[in-house]
Amino acid sequence: MIWQIELIILVMVVLFGIGALTTKDLLSAAILFGAYSFMLCLLWAIMGAVDVAFTEASVGAGISTVLFVSAVYRTTRSTDN
Amino acid sequence: MKITGLILLFSLGGLLFYGAIDFPSWGDPNSPASSHLSPYYIEHTMEDTSVPNVVTSILADYRGYDTMFETIVIFTAGIACIFLLRTFKSSIPESRMYRHIPTGITLRIEKGGKVPDHSDHFERIDSVWIPYDLVIRTTCRMVIPFIQVFAFYVIAHGHYSPGGGFQGGVILGASFVLFALGFNLRLAIRQMSEKITVFMCALGVFIYAGTGILCMVFKSNFLDYSALASLFATDPITARSYGILIVEIGVGIAVMGVMILLYYNLASGGKHKEGL
Repeated sequence: MIWQIELIILVMVVLFGIGALTTKDLLSAAILFGAYSFMLCLLWAIMGAVDVAFTEASVGAGISTVLFVSAVYRTTRSTDN
Repeated sequence: MKITGLILLFSLGGLLFYGAIDFPSWGDPNSPASSHLSPYYIEHTMEDTSVPNVVTSILADYRGYDTMFETIVIFTAGIACIFLLRTFKSSIPESRMYRHIPTGITLRIEKGGKVPDHSDHFERIDSVWIPYDLVIRTTCRMVIPFIQVFAFYVIAHGHYSPGGGFQGGVILGASFVLFALGFNLRLAIRQMSEKITVFMCALGVFIYAGTGILCMVFKSNFLDYSALASLFATDPITARSYGILIVEIGVGIAVMGVMILLYYNLASGGKHKEGL
């Protein structure tokens, strides 16, 4: 595998993870968490764990983002901490 | 307090990284994990189960008992969601919003008022109503069948390619969630009612455990699918492959039911009246 692509994906995983933790807006935190899951899915695929990557793409990036968004829809959008 | 937390974080994180130095490098064939058990699975999967995808055969056959309880964990999560969120009585008096389609006038009907019949002139709308977009509706209508066919492919083709019951079930559930998002929650519940989803959760676990008990009826161990050879009229090795397929279908049904149930309860706050 091309190591430059791997490095970019690794940096993006860390950035999206920190972004999802620090942002005050819950909706954008949910979307950032979905992006983080998708980057992690790419990482699994690079490492050859295609089954795990598939699960991460469908569960982590797909349905859990929808569930987070629908939970945010029922509460307030911003948080204090 | 914040400084103490940071010191604790960095010391524990440093300890973790220090421990990770001793780990075998990625993909090392001499590491303990891949020198005892993994070679057996990789070498014997074809002759034991005639399933080319090693992950599927480990998940549903060698470690079938484990996966059964994973399915039960998902089932329990769905049931717990009902217990936590589902409410049957609303504290505020129920009033319904209707829209007269030809004129675009919105009517608010209090409880006890005369509710218009189900017709082309009136449609029931949510209290927070966003006009339906033609593009979104048409796209959903066109995309959902393909998503569902792909989900069936993922479940059925899990023997040969990545995929299986869990992933296929999630994709199948996601197609119904997309339907609820593109149209509205009431229409989705009318298509796939709460009773059916709860029934599907239980049915999936029942299929999985029932296959195991069926193996015991044929005088073999729990979840030893080779005992079903006489039922399928094949040799024991192919029977294992068929057994894995049945179990995967069970997992798919359970996961699909739970995903739809989670969405219904989260999006409507447990009321199942109106939602995202």
